[in-house]
Amino acid sequence: MPVPHVSLSGVTKVFPASAGGQDVHALGPVDVEIGTGEFFAVVGPSGCGKSTLLELIAGLLPVTDGHIEFEGRRIGDEIPDGVGVVFQEDACFPWLTVRDNVTFGLRDTAFDAQVRARRVDAAIAMMGLLEFADSYPAQLSGGMRQRVCIARTLVAQPRLILLDEPFGALDQQTRLLMGDEVLRLWRETGATVFLITHALDEAAMLADRIGVMSARPGRMIDVVETGWPRDRDSRIVEREQFGAITSRLWKTLRDESMKTMGRMTTSA
Amino acid sequence: MSRVRLYQVAVIAGLVLLVEALCVGGVIDKVTMPPPHRIAVDFFKLLTTKTLYPEIGKSMANVLIAFVLAYVLGIVVGTALHGYKTLRDTLDPLFATYYAIPVFAFYPLFIVMFGLGDGPQVLIGLLLGIVAVIVTTLNGLDRVPNVLRKTARISRLTPLQTALRVTLPFCAPYLLTAAKLALAYAFIGVIGSEFIMARSGMGYEIGFAYTNFDNATMYPLILLILLMSVIMNSALSRWEKVLLARRGQQ
Repeated sequence: MPVPHVSLSGVTKVFPASAGGQDVHALGPVDVEIGTGEFFAVVGPSGCGKSTLLELIAGLLPVTDGHIEFEGRRIGDEIPDGVGVVFQEDACFPWLTVRDNVTFGLRDTAFDAQVRARRVDAAIAMMGLLEFADSYPAQLSGGMRQRVCIARTLVAQPRLILLDEPFGALDQQTRLLMGDEVLRLWRETGATVFLITHALDEAAMLADRIGVMSARPGRMIDVVETGWPRDRDSRIVEREQFGAITSRLWKTLRDESMKTMGRMTTSA
Repeated sequence: MSRVRLYQVAVIAGLVLLVEALCVGGVIDKVTMPPPHRIAVDFFKLLTTKTLYPEIGKSMANVLIAFVLAYVLGIVVGTALHGYKTLRDTLDPLFATYYAIPVFAFYPLFIVMFGLGDGPQVLIGLLLGIVAVIVTTLNGLDRVPNVLRKTARISRLTPLQTALRVTLPFCAPYLLTAAKLALAYAFIGVIGSEFIMARSGMGYEIGFAYTNFDNATMYPLILLILLMSVIMNSALSRWEKVLLARRGQQ
């Protein structure tokens, strides 16, 4: 186990009741440690609190109980420094060109114009968007727009990258290719990656370890080590071990997903 | 020229020709309205003789001040209000019924408060426009995707930076609609109040010409107001089109 970069201890989230309703115990308690430079994925049934967990780590939501530490510092009310997030939804700014979108990631950092331009160009090039640098998001495909968002996150050189189902809106082929891109960036940047996904194959292909969450309130019921080498790409889906990992994930998740389905049927 | 634009020009040309025919044929008498070709000649004279330039300049300056104040204050108030749901809910009935209030009825009060100068005219233009800007700004801010707000937070922007760099730029098309409304209301407020109780300005000159049967002054001034309003609104519409095209919305 590498040195913990992010650690969650007894993390619980309860959303207060809306008018006439009851408090919603969305998550926890969750205890997990993620090593520096590790690629950690989380899978779980719909509504188990995966995205809530990511937002707690990002500092976008306060924890109800427990605590989260990033690089030894407790995450409180403020967004921690060195964290970048890529969301599932299209987060491109439609009024800015690709270059300006990526530059936005550097807004408040004290670099001179040349260094900024170099870093922006490097991030754009890394995502293969150089020839579209002056295009607006509306002129790009969904996959390209997601790459713009990744470039905007990378340009700030975060030490922890949080990915909230970043390929959820993409087709299967694009997802595999984007997975390769993410693996390449993970190797090149050395950042710790925390990926939320509902796709078991995606988690099995990308992660070093996969946390499996229970139905709501989400808890970590299993952590699966993939044992992949750091230098890997989407071709590992052809390996026998890949099938074994996804089937273990599914075995653990099936009952939890059934619980969620049952809850949905009951509430319907 | 696009087909739609061609139809627009054809409709306007057709209406002008119809009025021309009605005037020349005597259906509309000369005292009521001179034929459009006569108005065009008088309009050209108005522009070349320059005698009314100070009046035009004064009215335009007041329209501009009323517009800028309504627009800037409206955006500031709308943005601030968006963060306070209870206050917004409290004010919503006022916004909904605001345009049922005849602002011009307060003109005597404004004169008592601000005198006979430009103040009351600007204030009426401002009061007419500001609520339209507030409501349109709120409407635009309601449509900012939550993911963009989260992105702003992750970028550690302050609320002011978030407004200036993320939320207001996102609703730029709405803000342009607000600008068109504010401009229209500024024209109505300023020119309208010059009609009622002022000693100068285009509205006053139109009213003065009307009471003296001076069609050679009245119609060219009306045409000038019409042209300026149309040109400014068209420029804003064109800008709006460019913004929407960039976002793939047209």
